[in-house]
Amino acid sequence: MSEAIVSLRGVSKSYVRGKQSVEVLQKLDLSISRGDFLALMGPSGSGKTTLLNLIGGLDHPSAGEVVVGGQRIDQLSSGALAQWRSHHVGFVFQFYNLLGVLSAEKNVELPLLLTPLSKAQRARHVATALEIVGLADRAKHKPSELSGGQAQRVAIARALVADPTLLVCDEPTGDLDRKTADEILGLLQTLNRQHGKTIVMVTHDPKAAEYATHQLHMDKGRLIEQSANA
Amino acid sequence: MANAIQQISAVTAMNLRSVPSRLGTSMVIVIGIAGVVGVLVALLSMARGFELTLATTGRPDRAIVMRGGSNDELSSVLMRDQAQVVMDAPGVAKGSDGKPLAIGELYMITDIAKRGATTPNNVVVRGTTARVLELRPEAKIVEGRMFTPGVREVVVGRTAQKQFAGLNIGDKVDVRDGPWTVVGVFDSKGDVHESELWVDVDALMTASRRQAYNTVTAQLLSADAFRAYKDALTSDPRVTVQAQREPDYYASRSESLNQLITVLGYSVAVIMGIGALFGALNTMYAAVATRSVEIATLRAIGFGSGPVVVSVILEALALAAAGGVLGGAIAYVFFNGYTVSALNMQTFSQVAFQFRVTPDLLWKGVIWACGIGLLGGLMPAVRAARLPIVDALRSA
Repeated sequence: MSEAIVSLRGVSKSYVRGKQSVEVLQKLDLSISRGDFLALMGPSGSGKTTLLNLIGGLDHPSAGEVVVGGQRIDQLSSGALAQWRSHHVGFVFQFYNLLGVLSAEKNVELPLLLTPLSKAQRARHVATALEIVGLADRAKHKPSELSGGQAQRVAIARALVADPTLLVCDEPTGDLDRKTADEILGLLQTLNRQHGKTIVMVTHDPKAAEYATHQLHMDKGRLIEQSANA
Repeated sequence: MANAIQQISAVTAMNLRSVPSRLGTSMVIVIGIAGVVGVLVALLSMARGFELTLATTGRPDRAIVMRGGSNDELSSVLMRDQAQVVMDAPGVAKGSDGKPLAIGELYMITDIAKRGATTPNNVVVRGTTARVLELRPEAKIVEGRMFTPGVREVVVGRTAQKQFAGLNIGDKVDVRDGPWTVVGVFDSKGDVHESELWVDVDALMTASRRQAYNTVTAQLLSADAFRAYKDALTSDPRVTVQAQREPDYYASRSESLNQLITVLGYSVAVIMGIGALFGALNTMYAAVATRSVEIATLRAIGFGSGPVVVSVILEALALAAAGGVLGGAIAYVFFNGYTVSALNMQTFSQVAFQFRVTPDLLWKGVIWACGIGLLGGLMPAVRAARLPIVDALRSA
């Protein structure tokens, strides 16, 4: 059994909407091993994005423990959590969330601005990341000059450039056509298999989930099924 | 610390680079604040011009002597024998004719309309002698000639000639008891005397049926001789007078109008500033709302809320400073050197002066602009920092 990089114990999350409290996650236990590529699946409102946000340190649970990379993050202040995210998590969003005024390389460089690396070192890391995602020749382009697939590749380069413990992907192919989606999923698979990246991905798409090593199905805030892909 | 600065500069650069795509809303801050600063600087430059005109009048080695207790030339009366005592007192320099270089002067007001207007304005008529050019060497006849003693002739200050109608050489002006002829124009380097009409004191006394002077202006041996001269007059039982150095006297004459214009300037600026502040708030709230996803993305990546606050404030400050510079430039281009005349409420006479947009006023304008920018950026910045990351990302 390989080392657990993510461990959730008794995690609940509820929101107050109006006068009502809505429980999105209910006493959830989960363990993700280092090097896993986990696909979180389930219908809308099942709590998969909420779970992803807790694993990525974007939100605090209402109850329970969240341990990532050996550190309990559910008790960190928002400032400490921001610092923790900069070291341990790379995010890939459905709509890429690239900064429109910055070129591809400047977007990729953003996480490195939070590190003590020199300008030259940052440039080398950025070049490597863009090389990995196959966009070295688009470094100077602005997001508006890139296709959806290229923009998502830049976003993936930004997520991995600081060599985080975990890649957290929220519907990374939700805005792409089938062919481009397959290319992006292939890239994530390569990052997992060849570079050993641990990836947690939320998706609605069963075909996308097939690229993962494991699938986890959720419904009404509970884990209902966990399986390993062949 | 270096990391925080790096974060701030990165987010600020990103914000500023996105300004062109939000040019319309960003210009609300720039133009609103430019208006505030333009009006403030223009009004303060008016006060500054008036102050400088009076402050540059006179020299420290000249004294103006008035009756004890008088506040100004108009309310002072010195009988001829008293004036002679003042002129003969120790410490007064000798003129080229070997006599004490001091002149008993008559100070009166006449009505003359401004150019292009019909409403009469109070203009100072100074009864003096032809020795005035030796007593006040900064004054030079630049056109025509000096008045002839005993004759109803006038030399007019250059600024007065520009401001008021009917003061060209050969024109007739009603100084007192009928028309007087303008025979010359003098320049005294833009000081307060340039707004005056100078006539022969004896002719003016005759025309106005007066027997006394208002003041005596004396050239002292040196600026240091003032104390001894003042003491000599104060201790002389034949006269009850007060002596002041000329610059001190003229500087004190600007206080009331200066204060009025300054209070007016700041009042208008505060009212306009409140309007501009709401404009800035609106713009920055809109800017934060437009970039909520970008801000949330940066914070998800690990950027702290502190740098986000600072960067939003810096953007507001940058736009406000641009407005401040624009407003200052507009005030400078349209008002610096512009000549007007205003009623000096301490002498009830018109003083012509130029608006002076000085560097310290421009700096004051930029500071006001930055103050408005800071207040306008603060609350939107705090909102940006408090934006729940998850909610903002969901709105993408």
